[in-house]
Amino acid sequence: MPNAPKRMTHVRHGRSGSEIALIALALVLALVFLAVPLAVIFVEAFKAGVAVYVSKIMEPATLHAIGLTVLTALVVVPINIGFGIAAAWLVTRYRFPGRKLLISVIEIPFSVSPIVAGVTYLFLYGAQGLFGPALQEAGLQIMFTIWAIFLVSLFVTSPFVARELIPLMQQQGSDDEEAAYSLGANGFQIFRLVTLPNIRWALLYGAILCNARVMGEFGGVSIVSGSVRGQTMTLPLQIELLFNDYNALGAFAASSVLALISLLTLAAKAILERRADHG
Amino acid sequence: MSASSPARRHLLPGFGLTLGVTLLYLVIIVAMPLTAMLFKAASLGWADFWSIVTSERSLSAFRVTFLAAAGATVFNAIQGLLIAWVLVRYRFPGRRLLDGLVDLPFALPTAVAGLALVTVFSNNGVFGQFLEPLGIKVAYTPLGIMIAMAFTSTPFVVRTVQPVLEDMQGELEEAAHALGATRWQIFTKVIWPTILPAFTAGCTLAFARSIGEFGAVVFIAGNLPFETEIISLLMFIRLDEYDYASAAALATVLLAAAFLLLIITNSLQAWQLRYAERS
Repeated sequence: MPNAPKRMTHVRHGRSGSEIALIALALVLALVFLAVPLAVIFVEAFKAGVAVYVSKIMEPATLHAIGLTVLTALVVVPINIGFGIAAAWLVTRYRFPGRKLLISVIEIPFSVSPIVAGVTYLFLYGAQGLFGPALQEAGLQIMFTIWAIFLVSLFVTSPFVARELIPLMQQQGSDDEEAAYSLGANGFQIFRLVTLPNIRWALLYGAILCNARVMGEFGGVSIVSGSVRGQTMTLPLQIELLFNDYNALGAFAASSVLALISLLTLAAKAILERRADHG
Repeated sequence: MSASSPARRHLLPGFGLTLGVTLLYLVIIVAMPLTAMLFKAASLGWADFWSIVTSERSLSAFRVTFLAAAGATVFNAIQGLLIAWVLVRYRFPGRRLLDGLVDLPFALPTAVAGLALVTVFSNNGVFGQFLEPLGIKVAYTPLGIMIAMAFTSTPFVVRTVQPVLEDMQGELEEAAHALGATRWQIFTKVIWPTILPAFTAGCTLAFARSIGEFGAVVFIAGNLPFETEIISLLMFIRLDEYDYASAAALATVLLAAAFLLLIITNSLQAWQLRYAERS
């Protein structure tokens, strides 16, 4: 864990001038580049008072966007939890040829920029895409619908849970699980009773990060959603729409919802890390 | 540790299930879309591909993107090193808050970050009102693109350097000090070589993220062709114009750059590992 260093290398009495200068510079940089932009979101959102803020949030288009964003998270996060567990179990509990390669493939979506991810889906399911003609013949539309939003969000966040679980399960080893197996437990019993209690915090942390990313996804979704007003506008897309419509108050009100979610995510991270530190 | 002997590699149940789930998911969500796009790009033929990628507008978008990403990376290299150093070496009020704030750009949706940044740097914003009289324009300029990229990639250098600094053996520095080394010599001869692989990996990650950044940049960039148009935006515009071939070609270049940077990061991390084992 990044916190609580194991040893203090410099035990000094009082602070040197350079130490004070470095600390001050770091704090000022963080304040200017990170804290002030965050604060501005809330200040601007509430500039015209709480009543106006509430009315901006309650606008049908914004409410619809919030609903769509929550729905996307409800679909995508559980699927990626399932995938993360299966992938982590596979690469940490068995040795097989291609295992290292598989770990790299799992991480690919981290290096692909979301907007490129969106473009790749267009070439699979779009009218010009590989499956486009077949889908058209079958009367199925995936591009520019909620299904495309789900798919791209799955792509972008697929490694989040797996990445938290793999190092932890690797380190814990499989001795306990093998003992349970030799005592007659079946696979699902082993997972539920032996593995899950050991990985629950990492699993929760991965799910929270995955959720934050799904709700905030912009580039990939903006390519595949088609931004159909009242239909496929997720909350981040709605923010851009309001901003371009010169509806600053509306854009900031919508942004404050997402900013609040990211603050909750950071708080959860701090709490879960402390739990992991103290076992 | 989990290094099972080959004889008991498939002792635990679930190999078939987790292998099936993992491979099926990776094929449907990750491999198929990527293949579809490469397929499309390959169908262009080399001459068409080359003329799209080297068109004047593409080249200028590449230049804007890579220069701004390089600037953002230099900024983050310095800021990241400073913040990691201060977090690991010093105890001061606000340290935990600074540690938490570093993760903000990962938790905050990029559209929200873009909206916040364009607001604080616009000519009547919190910072813009002071910068404008000095002749420094940030919003709707390449400098704004750089700042948006720097914001979204802030955590990379901090989070790669921080654990290495924490693990450093204090004895080495104490020995160097006892032998009469100055603090500058201790930094350049003892600390710097140890953190260099992690530092370079962090910079590479920040650069890769900056190249692919879209959400934060479109808000602040102004998006003028040949001046403040990044490659992701040009791709977006080509799609709007139904110019799928150009979008595929540009996305392929971004994808190739991402994989190249991924390979560099992985080799740097292997270097780090060797360094850690040797010392």
